[in-house]
Amino acid sequence: MKLPLYRPDAASSSRFLFFTGKGGVGKTSLSCATALKLVDAGKRVLLISTDPASNLDEVLGTQLTNHPTPIAGSPGLEALNINPVEAAAAYRERLIGPMRGLLPEAALRSMEEQLSGSCTVEIAAFDEFSGFIGNPEASKDYDHILFDTAPTGHTLRLMSLAKAWDQFLDNNTSGTSCLGPLAGLAKQRAVYEATVNTLADSKATTLILVSRPQGAALREAERTSRELRAIGVGNQCLVINGTFETLCPEDVTAQALQQRGAAALQASSDFIGSTPTYIIPLRPINILGIEGLRVLLSEDSSEARAQADETGWTPPRLESLEDLVADIEQQGHGVIMTMGKGGVGKTTVAAAIAVMLARRGHAVHLSTTDPAAHVAQTLHGQVPGLTLSRIDPASETAAYTAEVMGRQGAQMDEAGRALLEEDLRSPCTEEIAVFRAFAREVGQGKERFVVLDTAPTGHTLLLLDASEAYQRELERQARSTQPEEVLKLLERLRDPAFTHILLVALPEATPVHEAAALQEDLRRAHIEPFAWVINQSLLNSGSCDPLLKRREASEHRYLLEVVEKHARRTAWLPWQPEEPIGPDALASLANAHILTPIPT
Amino acid sequence: MKTIQVYDPPMCCSTGICGPDIDPDLVNFAAMLSQLGTHDVKVERFNLGQQPMAFVQNSAVKALLDKEGLEVLPLIFWDGEVHLKGRYPTHEERPAWFIAALAHEGVAS
Repeated sequence: MKLPLYRPDAASSSRFLFFTGKGGVGKTSLSCATALKLVDAGKRVLLISTDPASNLDEVLGTQLTNHPTPIAGSPGLEALNINPVEAAAAYRERLIGPMRGLLPEAALRSMEEQLSGSCTVEIAAFDEFSGFIGNPEASKDYDHILFDTAPTGHTLRLMSLAKAWDQFLDNNTSGTSCLGPLAGLAKQRAVYEATVNTLADSKATTLILVSRPQGAALREAERTSRELRAIGVGNQCLVINGTFETLCPEDVTAQALQQRGAAALQASSDFIGSTPTYIIPLRPINILGIEGLRVLLSEDSSEARAQADETGWTPPRLESLEDLVADIEQQGHGVIMTMGKGGVGKTTVAAAIAVMLARRGHAVHLSTTDPAAHVAQTLHGQVPGLTLSRIDPASETAAYTAEVMGRQGAQMDEAGRALLEEDLRSPCTEEIAVFRAFAREVGQGKERFVVLDTAPTGHTLLLLDASEAYQRELERQARSTQPEEVLKLLERLRDPAFTHILLVALPEATPVHEAAALQEDLRRAHIEPFAWVINQSLLNSGSCDPLLKRREASEHRYLLEVVEKHARRTAWLPWQPEEPIGPDALASLANAHILTPIPT
Repeated sequence: MKTIQVYDPPMCCSTGICGPDIDPDLVNFAAMLSQLGTHDVKVERFNLGQQPMAFVQNSAVKALLDKEGLEVLPLIFWDGEVHLKGRYPTHEERPAWFIAALAHEGVAS
């Protein structure tokens, strides 16, 4: 399949550009590189990240805030981070600050608890985000505004909220509503309406679906494309980042990588044929700093083909997944959670651990929240002792709504039921439903092993934060109808004998640094990760392809960083040409040991 | 015209379903208020989480909050007089409430 190179062009670019895609596909690098191209053409550009675990600072080499900051070395470019958690905190302070001294301390504390929920976080983030689209005053200084959006599930919600909330406001009759945490919502309504209209305006807005030449990433891009098209975002294009053609056809690894890419593109040919599609060839280095970003979209391939210079490197001590499992199984039951940036293989690692525990004779339950979790589906009924489930936000929300209506609605009159149904249609309901499902799965770890792959980093942070706020709220309420699992959740996550958390990362800058940041957040919540897992390592692959050799050499510093700086224990998994499917492939992955080079 | 003022504890939405717990009395009461609002009854609701200033500006509410703490919420006023303190009308009380509110409306107009 011959596809054109991605070459952003100032003359034909729309004013608003949204980059979206599965975690780890390179949204941040691509949005930054695009911003630089536009700036080079003399445009004034603002780049906005809405990812709660944004690494824009690291990529641009500039400390950012939630206000536009000029980027050193690139006049005309400004950037900012919208951190939803911080936006919510600022919003809380705006509301509570003026009340200090006027209301009793207990009342202020109670307000704070109420405004710590997931609704407030979502609303505050959306509020900031829409300000740059729907308010001409805020955007007038820029020719282009680029959004490096959070991983897909979050993006979808953020973007569909504009429409969902608008409809919700139209239909809501009860005055106060779930949208209430923004007391000034009605006043902001013109901004939200303008946001929705701008998103649907194909002259003003382009959605850039970023993907990798991989089946799961392309399927995710196609799903996003469909869902956003359905809510009116029609001007879309697809960018496939990291296409690869080897210079070394006899190399097994390089061949497998090239063939996997070609097969994935072939499998998605209908989607690719129906959407303007561009490619970016695989680059040998990590894309960091302004110069690195320029390499990403450069035409010159000499940089890519230069030889690796590091030789005779001895890797640090790395264990296999099996080594970790041997320790985890001592307890006989408990929870294992894989966490990390999107796209690092959390589901694969979770599935491999589940298979290994089951084969060692334990009762194991594998639960996935990943929307593209077909690895787990292939295990259905394949391994004795292993059961499977999936936390699907849509069906969890439906089940929760039905449960509430059944339990509460029965005691109500017609008007009460109508009002309850209306409030249940609010965006907050999904957060609560998914959170409860998560707590329920964790609770199962009392009798057996429960293995969970949690949602991508940003969402996980919100989830844990919500659980902390819940805990306080529940302690305050004397007569709670919450299930015991919810009440015990945080306590269980903090118990190192009950919960083993594995941080999964690829041996690259961004996944490692995001996992390190996540580890810090977990520690702040008094949760200590058990080990790190380095996935998809090219170490000792023996490739003769110069590009792959350089990528392998670039792993060294990150492997060292994880082992020496971050992890108490580190397991290593080799690069896989395919997602391992079925119990045997998963078990052999878990058994993979690093080949120790013979000292010379 | 009758006025009903409700000073709710801090909460996310009018029925409280966004919180981890649901109070059926609150949901039914909220529904009843929205019905009364369609008749000639003036209904005002204030949520401490959203409109804290309303609590400060009403001296009766502020005094009760200072003296007895958060437990006085919800506070329900009929024509400026405290009618119910610390709870919503129950299932048994609601029919009488509803009739009284509407009957009063007839007398007043």
